[in-house]
Amino acid sequence: MQIKPILAALRRHKSGTILIALQIALTLAIVCNALFIIEQRVSRLSRTTGMDETNVIAIANRYVGPGTSFTPTVKTDLAAIRNLAGVEDAYATNSYPLRNGGWSMGVRLKPDAKKEITSTTLYFIDDHALKTLGVKLIEGRNFNAGEVISLDPRNSTSLPQVIITKALAQKLFEDGKALGKTIYLSQEGKPSTVIGVVEKLQVPWVGTWAGKFDQNAAMLPAILDSNYQNFVVRTRPGQQEAMLKALPKTLYATSRMRVIPEETGIRTFEQVRARAYETDRGMAILMGIVCAVLLAITAAGIVGLSSFWVGQRRKQIGVRRALGATKNDILSYFMTENFLIALGGVIVGSLLAVGMNQWLFTRFEMERLSLTYVAVGVVALLALGQAAVLAPALRASRVSPVEATRTV
Amino acid sequence: MFGYYLDLAMRSLKRNRMLTALMILAVALGIGTSMTTLTVLHVLSGDPMPGHSQQLYAPQIDPQGADSKTPDDEPLDQMTWIDGMNLLRAKRADRQALMTGGAVPIQPDNAAIDPFYTKARYTTADFFPMFEVPMLYGHAWRGEDDDAKARVAVISAKLNEKLFKGEDSTGRTIRANGADLRVIGVIGDWSPNPHFYDLNMGDYAKSEDVYLPLATSRDLKMSRSGSISCWGNGSDAEEALETESCIWLQFWVQLDTPAKAGAYRDFLVHYSQEQKVLGRFERSPNVALLNLMGWLDYKKVVPSDVKLQTWLAFGFLVVCLVNTVGLMLAKFMRRAGEIGVRRALGASRRAVFAQLLTEAGIIGLVGGVGGLALALLGLWLVRKQPDGYATLAHLDLPMLAFTIVLAICTTLLAGVLPAWRACQVAPALQLKSQ
Repeated sequence: MQIKPILAALRRHKSGTILIALQIALTLAIVCNALFIIEQRVSRLSRTTGMDETNVIAIANRYVGPGTSFTPTVKTDLAAIRNLAGVEDAYATNSYPLRNGGWSMGVRLKPDAKKEITSTTLYFIDDHALKTLGVKLIEGRNFNAGEVISLDPRNSTSLPQVIITKALAQKLFEDGKALGKTIYLSQEGKPSTVIGVVEKLQVPWVGTWAGKFDQNAAMLPAILDSNYQNFVVRTRPGQQEAMLKALPKTLYATSRMRVIPEETGIRTFEQVRARAYETDRGMAILMGIVCAVLLAITAAGIVGLSSFWVGQRRKQIGVRRALGATKNDILSYFMTENFLIALGGVIVGSLLAVGMNQWLFTRFEMERLSLTYVAVGVVALLALGQAAVLAPALRASRVSPVEATRTV
Repeated sequence: MFGYYLDLAMRSLKRNRMLTALMILAVALGIGTSMTTLTVLHVLSGDPMPGHSQQLYAPQIDPQGADSKTPDDEPLDQMTWIDGMNLLRAKRADRQALMTGGAVPIQPDNAAIDPFYTKARYTTADFFPMFEVPMLYGHAWRGEDDDAKARVAVISAKLNEKLFKGEDSTGRTIRANGADLRVIGVIGDWSPNPHFYDLNMGDYAKSEDVYLPLATSRDLKMSRSGSISCWGNGSDAEEALETESCIWLQFWVQLDTPAKAGAYRDFLVHYSQEQKVLGRFERSPNVALLNLMGWLDYKKVVPSDVKLQTWLAFGFLVVCLVNTVGLMLAKFMRRAGEIGVRRALGASRRAVFAQLLTEAGIIGLVGGVGGLALALLGLWLVRKQPDGYATLAHLDLPMLAFTIVLAICTTLLAGVLPAWRACQVAPALQLKSQ
């Protein structure tokens, strides 16, 4: 390759060369980090909940009016819901995966331990919950109807039986065998015996703060005696649409003394999921757009400046052609020139990308950039540069040797 | 002369439409994205109490047990009932209010309206003068009402509209959580953003619809919401909240001068020492007294995604500008011949420089207008988002002016290098080579 003459020529176009290289470097740094953010968000929102999410409806319900105990009302409501022809099963709970609101609690193995081993979310459920959610019980047994009690949430939250997720079992016990063992879920020091382990169930929160315990769930057999209840309903296949309309009607027919919020009161689980990850999806889409536009602008900049160089050097090209250089020689000259500039750009850009990630890491709790992203970015930008310079370079290669004789 | 430059610039810009369009597009995209994110950031990091926030402080103390520690050994960000009441009664600040939030069921007399839940604030009397809450009708309650657990309420204009069709409702009653409360005041337009006095309700939550004395709410067993955290043998059972070691109340004070703030800090240290001597506190005094803006900063109210987007958008703007510098360089250098002629005919370097910068300025202006349109579009998209703050994203007049100024300044800056390079053209050489 004729690298030396190219370098000599570039030395005469310092500002243009530096500008293109700088632009490539900045683009690489931003695109690498943006792609990395996209990957993080996408991997977050593609986590599974451990449920069978199709045909599930979630209802947020709040009872109004005086009442000494809400539990009988909850039971009446549940009976009415389960009686609907299109409903397979249903249960009432304080929270469910992706609801973005619930209880978290520290778990201990000894009642007097000061430090908790890990955090978990608490789901208060009944014997119908596992079937409704479609989670898989891998060890032990489900609650039976007799174990489900009415619990005043303002008093105690610990109950004698608990079903936990496999992830929680593994965090609590080194061998992961939790069945029959005792854990402590409150500060009052009342023990709970693990009677069952489910394969997987996500916590209600999707944020990074819950990332460390996002599969830790403890299920306790109780109906909370509270005016606020969430009903989770599994419909028969094909009945979801009909049930979305029938469920509020049924509930209001049971009693009008309740509030079911208009927009968020009755949702399919698909809607629950979409709402939970809306911000993450938005961020990923935004980053994607930024990457695309940045690459387009950089490409346009390269086309613009290269075209100018070709225009400026028409006479020299003509001379080279007259002296025997082939079209291919001219083409490869401009391609190589661009490659050298881009190479300089990506070297600086890689350093910038890592530096930028370092800065984001300290400021925004981002993870470390994997070098694969830098490598992919480098290849992409070198390819982009070559693609962008192709049109001006082809135009240059078509310059006729006659140009050499003109305007002298 | 400027008119002539303008004319030359327009001619030159028309000569190469593609290149001109590309430059304008780059500037518009860069400005559009930066202004969208900057406006969101500007709105979110705004002062909820302009002109008054310097006098509002959130006192923090640390009543925790010796072995329970917050991560960075920070004092706690809420109060226990006992400490809150002690500090409230000490009256060492110009104004002070102890409060918490909740949701109350309202049963309208009018049977046409279904019962509904609304957000409530249970607070002490100073809340209203301290936070400069405007009253549409009536007045807020006084300290005596707090002590007497008076069955009174102040409601928002929105709730007044819903229940009483916007009439002056003072003296009428509302039925909340099964108890009758006498309306004594209606609040005018008031919704500080962020919801600084209780961030547990959502950083950008709307202000509450019902306000009643804290003591009354405890007396009526109104349902409480927000964050609650206990240590030691503290149980979060509702009945025991007044006596247990649990933090669940927000406490705000108004201190009119920095000297008073200093004195109040000393008072907090002194109070902590006293409580340690009494055996209630186990740790040595650990206090903080942040003012409103410091508090918002400490609680990291502005979402980090928004900050990240702003930095990204400015990175994007820089790339767009570097791109514009390159394109302008190409454009100006291509006209070396024309510049040579002008120079030979007597135009000074300064004149050529001024003319080229005029051209850059026009690109900046048009790009800025385009960027403004893009920013409006971007903000419209932001408002479609579900985040709590989304509805706040509007471009105000200062931001609008800033957009145009930013566009022109950055483009002029981008034009300096190409214009300077173009002025260096030696006229003789250019004329000869023609």
